[in-house]
Amino acid sequence: MKSLFTFLLCLAPFLAEAKLKVVATTPDLGALAREIGGDKVEVTTLARPTEDPHFVDAKPSFIVKLNRADALIEGGAELEAGWLASLLTGARNPKLDAGGPGRVVCSRGIHFLDVPATLDRAKGDIHAAGNPHYLLDPANAKIVAGNIAEAFCALDDGSCEIFRANLKKFSSQLDVRLAEWLKLLAPFAGQRILAYHDSWPYFAHRFGVKIDLFLEPKPGIPPSPAHLAEVIARMKAEKVRVIFVEPYLNRRSAETVARNTGATVLDVAHFPGGVKGTEGGYLQLFDHLVRSLAVAFGGTTAAASQVVSPR
Amino acid sequence: MKTNNLIRWSAALGVSVTLLQAQATNEVELIKRQLRQSQEAFEKAVEQHRQVINGLFRRLEAVQASQGGVVTAAPPATARLSGTSPAVSGAAAAGKSPWSASQPITLARSGPAYMNISFGALVNAGWSTASDPSAQLNLGDHDPIQRGFLLRNAEIAFDGAVDPYFKGAANIVFKLDKDQGTGVELEEVFLQSTSLPANLQLKGGQFYAAFGRQNPQHPHAWGFVDQPLVLNRAFGPDGLRNIGGQLSWLAPTPFYSELFLGVFNGQSGQAFSFRNPGEPDAAGVDRFHGRMTTHRELRGPGDLLFVPRAASSFELTDQQTLVLGASAAFGPNDTGPGRRTQIYGADAYWKWKPARAHGGFPFVSWQTEALYRRFEAGEDLPAVMPLPAETLRDYGFYSQVMWGFKPRWIAGLRGEYVTGSTGAFDAMDIFRGDRSRVSPNLTWLISEFSKVRLQYNHDHGQYFGIAHSVWVQLEFSLGAHGAHPF
Repeated sequence: MKSLFTFLLCLAPFLAEAKLKVVATTPDLGALAREIGGDKVEVTTLARPTEDPHFVDAKPSFIVKLNRADALIEGGAELEAGWLASLLTGARNPKLDAGGPGRVVCSRGIHFLDVPATLDRAKGDIHAAGNPHYLLDPANAKIVAGNIAEAFCALDDGSCEIFRANLKKFSSQLDVRLAEWLKLLAPFAGQRILAYHDSWPYFAHRFGVKIDLFLEPKPGIPPSPAHLAEVIARMKAEKVRVIFVEPYLNRRSAETVARNTGATVLDVAHFPGGVKGTEGGYLQLFDHLVRSLAVAFGGTTAAASQVVSPR
Repeated sequence: MKTNNLIRWSAALGVSVTLLQAQATNEVELIKRQLRQSQEAFEKAVEQHRQVINGLFRRLEAVQASQGGVVTAAPPATARLSGTSPAVSGAAAAGKSPWSASQPITLARSGPAYMNISFGALVNAGWSTASDPSAQLNLGDHDPIQRGFLLRNAEIAFDGAVDPYFKGAANIVFKLDKDQGTGVELEEVFLQSTSLPANLQLKGGQFYAAFGRQNPQHPHAWGFVDQPLVLNRAFGPDGLRNIGGQLSWLAPTPFYSELFLGVFNGQSGQAFSFRNPGEPDAAGVDRFHGRMTTHRELRGPGDLLFVPRAASSFELTDQQTLVLGASAAFGPNDTGPGRRTQIYGADAYWKWKPARAHGGFPFVSWQTEALYRRFEAGEDLPAVMPLPAETLRDYGFYSQVMWGFKPRWIAGLRGEYVTGSTGAFDAMDIFRGDRSRVSPNLTWLISEFSKVRLQYNHDHGQYFGIAHSVWVQLEFSLGAHGAHPF
């Protein structure tokens, strides 16, 4: 009895060190998992921050990662539909079964925008569940962080207090920042932004800007010269000054439009690490997005850095 | 005082209502409809959760009562309703309120389905210097087999989770023959386990054997219009596809390694080099490689077709992936008693895709397979031209490079060579003899769901000399198709 006790005592440090192995499909989910999990989890991300998340290769090495994971964090809005299912079949990891504790579906509780009333691919490649880029609204990050904390607690009860504390810390940080971000972009409410793909409705909704002009004529359909000419005409008429371009997109058509309209091409990303200076995580990514957008809209750099405290 | 307040609030409300009315009526209708849908879904979900919560609470009460404890918390019976901006109220509720935003309340989700259903068609058109391409040039079942127009692959695919233990899939292929008759093939129907222990996985049914890289792929996933010659030689027009089972194991190596063992009946033209009756000759006698075939029932497990495979994958860099594989197939053939066939294959696939790829472009991939077949042909002495028992040895390879040089455009180049030892029947056997083929092609993906491919084939064969062919292929797909493996 005594020896068993000693054995357990010796084992304790190892047990305590056993980190949850977490795989996140996209880097934004990975960043939030790190915020909540801290040093109690080991997070691996499948999609790279600079990569088009719709078209990630289902590499066999991902099968190995999923096979050995305790939890899978996914967006749950069909963004990963083209590549995750075949990986999970190969991974044969019952911990990640749909509905199981290790399968963290982050979209729980999210109010989806742009849910199509009818499914018709003549309208382009639309997502049946609604627009999947919901983490571009920081308020949704709190819901996702809550989902992740809840899942981590279910998987590692012993560290639940830590996860809850991390969630509280993250949420309060986010509240403070969000107030600052809203304040910073408030002067530009109602202004229009041109984007390549319709991936910004949540951002637009939160910050009161209009992102309803796209370089793509329809989702997933590349820009045609005729469409670009129309976009240029509308931008001139409506004095649109900012163009969003994600790191994986060809800047050429955006630059053509910029040359013709005098607008600024702004390098933006959905994922921490997608543009330089955002590697630090979700909050840093939004600091960058909001601050550079404010500058592009015409606020001065000084004003931007004054309102948004650097991390 | 109270009345005053009420009036003030009503006035404020009235102002906001007026503001709302100022908006376009169609938008109002749209929002009303979405709101109604959302509310219905929300209330349904809330009701479900209320039932769950109440059930749990009753259980808690029962357990605590049996332990002599006291019920401390009141049941959180009501959910806080969100306002016009659910994201904000959801976030606010994520804190301490009884209703957690992280509870699965799904608002206005559309199109939940138990399975993916898709339809895909490959329509070909083209011309060849050979008047009948199906005679010698294009022996694959989905290949362009005649000049002009053809439709050799219209496929209905189903896949989904059967239950928590299995995934199921089926592929039914329709094709138009030369005489416009419709051929139907139950190409694949299989069940795949999802919850076996020890990293094992079972597959059972009718399916493509895991031999090499291209054999298990459906034609819409191929890089070229036609089947590689070496696969056609070893596995016949349909590829190696049979009824049976397969056990696979994901090895605990730091890189991806998987071992497969397939066991099949090994019967029919879909097990071409094995218990295949072959084609009837002018006299109606079934022959394969010239020999009269004898159908035999299974005498023991040794008469089954065994297909082992090992595959590994390595991340050479962050942007380069390599997959290597080695496969084999062993089983009896029908050309004589005790006659057996062995096929060995090696395959490699390499792909480069940069960190800033858009829509999967640009990329470069290289795919190569080499196969060797040892076929113990039986003797056929009563034949018009008596054939001795002999061992036929065939081998060949193909190598192809696909270059996605700009979004939606892929240029491809494939080179192939097949040959074999001389056999007593070679002079008339279209599935033997030296052949080589060079095929450049260009593919334009009009969208994710349609594509056009233009391919030129320069064929050289021992039995037919040189042939030139140009084929155009149009593909479209409808519905939801399961994700393809790497």
